[in-house]
Amino acid sequence: MNKFNLNNSYKAVVIGGSAGSFQGVVKILSQLPKGFPLPIIMCLHRLKHVRHGFVEALSLKSVVQVTEPYDKENIKRGSVYLAPANYHLSVELGNYFSLSTEEMINNSRPAIDITLGTCAYVFKDKLIGILLSGANKDGAMGMKHIKDRGGYTIVQEPAECMIDTMPKSAMALTQIDHVLKVDQIVEFFKELDKQYR
Amino acid sequence: MQDIDIADLKRISELIYQKYGYDFRNYAMSSFKRRVLRIMDLKRLTVDALIRKLNDSPEFIHEFLDELTVNVTEMFRDPSFWRIMREEIIPAILLNHKQFKIWHAGCSSGEEVLSMAILLKEMGIHQDVQIYATDLDTTILERAKSGTYSIKNMELNEKNYIRFQGAGSLKDYYREENGQAVFNKDLLNNVTFRKHDLVMGEVFNKFDLVLCRNVMIYFNQALQNEVLKKFHESLFKYGYLAIGSKESLIWCDYANRFIVVNNEEKIYKKIKD
Repeated sequence: MNKFNLNNSYKAVVIGGSAGSFQGVVKILSQLPKGFPLPIIMCLHRLKHVRHGFVEALSLKSVVQVTEPYDKENIKRGSVYLAPANYHLSVELGNYFSLSTEEMINNSRPAIDITLGTCAYVFKDKLIGILLSGANKDGAMGMKHIKDRGGYTIVQEPAECMIDTMPKSAMALTQIDHVLKVDQIVEFFKELDKQYR
Repeated sequence: MQDIDIADLKRISELIYQKYGYDFRNYAMSSFKRRVLRIMDLKRLTVDALIRKLNDSPEFIHEFLDELTVNVTEMFRDPSFWRIMREEIIPAILLNHKQFKIWHAGCSSGEEVLSMAILLKEMGIHQDVQIYATDLDTTILERAKSGTYSIKNMELNEKNYIRFQGAGSLKDYYREENGQAVFNKDLLNNVTFRKHDLVMGEVFNKFDLVLCRNVMIYFNQALQNEVLKKFHESLFKYGYLAIGSKESLIWCDYANRFIVVNNEEKIYKKIKD
């Protein structure tokens, strides 16, 4: 019996975050179970003109090297991906990424709504979406898409967030399965990992 | 916002192909879908109404193309790319040719063309270079020709120019008129703007340098492969091709006819015919 009611049917985890999410992401990645089988696709708001440093900073403590995918790169099991600076990151049917330089959404490029929305479209109910601390409503619509297509939704406990606008916007817009602290999200990943052993 | 399924997207791309000769059938699906939904939203049309309008009103296609194609760009986007152009690529071309030709493929509203013109001006070789700038969208080509941009975009352009470490200030190249930045006309006097469709169009000239940054990301891999063949044919041997920093050619058939000159900025050199 597991408290998160998980199974081994999931195909991917997608994470969105903005202001105040960095520490949480680092903690999650540093305590990821070794050999965690699913791809983790992250869209975090970042400076548009700074191409370098972010992925390196995230990789420092991460169990798995974080990479910024190239346009049309295949999504691989167990890899951790980060949306590159100044590009929107989409997932396409056929299990690969595509990038775009379309207009900003919610004043953001990369926009979390695009990454979450396209993941929801491709992975349907085999997707877990996690939205962390942030100062605008980007990601709320994406979480709604995930829920509407039968996926699993988690937001960071607003009281723990540096800025709680992002998780609260998602909670206002759609059903959230779990509201968790970062430490509990770490536990969630361990529980999820067990389903595949 | 409304939703649209793949069958309807295919109906739309098939209709545009059959009726107007533009081929979007091999565009990357997620962005194509967002663009079509955006048009439906802007014009307040349902899928059926959009298809009817495309069918019944031939003049609508221009408006449609202008909104469908992504025309978001910056001057000196990725300043480090432009520094490499100035410090390595253009000097390498100049070693062999005093005069040369550049093609901006998918030039959109022309920010990169102007960036190149300014770079060449500052190198003192503007008059020795012939630039071709092409796009399939005639509305956006007119905007590019005018060399006029909203003042509110200039802050970002100015920041990029400073990171590019240009010789002066970007303000040296334009004047303000009614909230618009109007660039000096002589910057574009060596530029030929023309309508050209990368997907359907023929190879029309030979170049020493082709820039096509963040254009092929809207294509699927099969189409990227075809377009790279056209670029290969459009380049002189030892000519250069620049694509976007997060694009890759490694999965294309013709990849082995190029070598990587700068992996960070994704600049390639044609080494085999």
